[in-house]
Amino acid sequence: MLRDAVLVAGKDLRIEIRSRVGLNQIGPFALAVLLLFGLALGPDRRVLAPASAGLFWVAVLLSTILGVQRSYAIESVDGARDGLRLSGLDPAGIFLGKAGAVVVQLLVLETALAVGVALLYGARLSGALVLIGTCVLGTFGLAAVGTLYGVVASGLRIRETLLPLLFLPVVSPVLLAATKAWDEALAGTPGRAGGWLDVLAVFAVLYVATGIVAFGPLLEDG
Amino acid sequence: MPPAVRLHEAVALAGRFPLLAGACLEVGEGEVVHLRGPNGAGKTSLLKVLAGLLPVHSGEATVLGWDLVADRRAVRGQVGMLGHESFLYEELTVEENLEFAVRASRGPVVGIRPALEQFGFTGRLASIPLARCSAGQRRRASLALLVARGARLWLLDEPHAGLDQDGRDLLDELLAGSRAASRTVVFASHELERATAIADRTVHLAGGRVVEPPKTPESVEQAAAHVA
Repeated sequence: MLRDAVLVAGKDLRIEIRSRVGLNQIGPFALAVLLLFGLALGPDRRVLAPASAGLFWVAVLLSTILGVQRSYAIESVDGARDGLRLSGLDPAGIFLGKAGAVVVQLLVLETALAVGVALLYGARLSGALVLIGTCVLGTFGLAAVGTLYGVVASGLRIRETLLPLLFLPVVSPVLLAATKAWDEALAGTPGRAGGWLDVLAVFAVLYVATGIVAFGPLLEDG
Repeated sequence: MPPAVRLHEAVALAGRFPLLAGACLEVGEGEVVHLRGPNGAGKTSLLKVLAGLLPVHSGEATVLGWDLVADRRAVRGQVGMLGHESFLYEELTVEENLEFAVRASRGPVVGIRPALEQFGFTGRLASIPLARCSAGQRRRASLALLVARGARLWLLDEPHAGLDQDGRDLLDELLAGSRAASRTVVFASHELERATAIADRTVHLAGGRVVEPPKTPESVEQAAAHVA
């Protein structure tokens, strides 16, 4: 399973590096979201800085939808999805590989967004360990849910509109917990983020396990 | 020796529409079988069922010893399919596509280079993204993948389509050598002259079932002469 996951993740990342969709479209989209939040709330950093964590994670959530849609768009051209099914790869490995590639891309994006909230909103990025831990755990949860619902939506004609409808309500615990954990870190009290990190870890484990079990049948039925 | 393919009253559905409506077929190991029939007869559906891509709703279906009714995924590593689509990734080069697919099916990586060369992917051509290849080159890339994977059963849907004369001859040569390579081939083709020359036998499909060959004036005459 892990061998297959590495193979699929390597393929997806290679395609992304070559197509530069993440760099040229998803990255600028996420930064534009940050900028628009800034415009909507006004230039006062006393308003923006306390809202940094929430705005950061909303931008991450929206970007995840694009990342997941892109992950399945590459499988929809020239019968590649059937090629993947014919390949003999373990479906659980395909799930882990696709989710892993999304995780890598999101972590890179989150690094850029963190710089963005520091520059645009004046947020002080303190409590680095909690910030990074939150990003890693939250991103695993987001990627797992996105990859799972992405395969459901990808086989349908209404996939572009269906994925956000399925995805956003389910990941609301990640938005809440990650925002709270980041709030604590940015406020200089990272020690109080432990409970929220636990929530993120449980969510990630739950959805990774669900994906490993459910991805195969969903890939076949999609 | 058990047959490589055995279908008995196999039914496959798309919603409630029967793609296969009780198809019966046996194909021996190393045999090359040509599927013939009008558009919508069920040729592509039959190939997809054999590849494990379409579920068998009822009846029996065994491919290379695997029962497709119980588990249609297990056989896929042993099956190579050439469809109307290439099943390859546009952004990857031909070589990268083959490498991914061969590694995925746990096939022999050493077979990639010779397969590429056999289908004319030498030098720079092997390392350009598939998106920049012509339709014929994509077809050649798909064929190179079949060869590199070393699958035991080839399922080909209109394999000559899009190929130039050299490509067609190369394909015919490969199919002619199937028995020697212990490879079973089931292919659908409307190119009757070529198909009949390559195949060990022709199977006729109509309405999702294997049927007797339609009667032509010549065959009626022959039958009458035989009776007389």
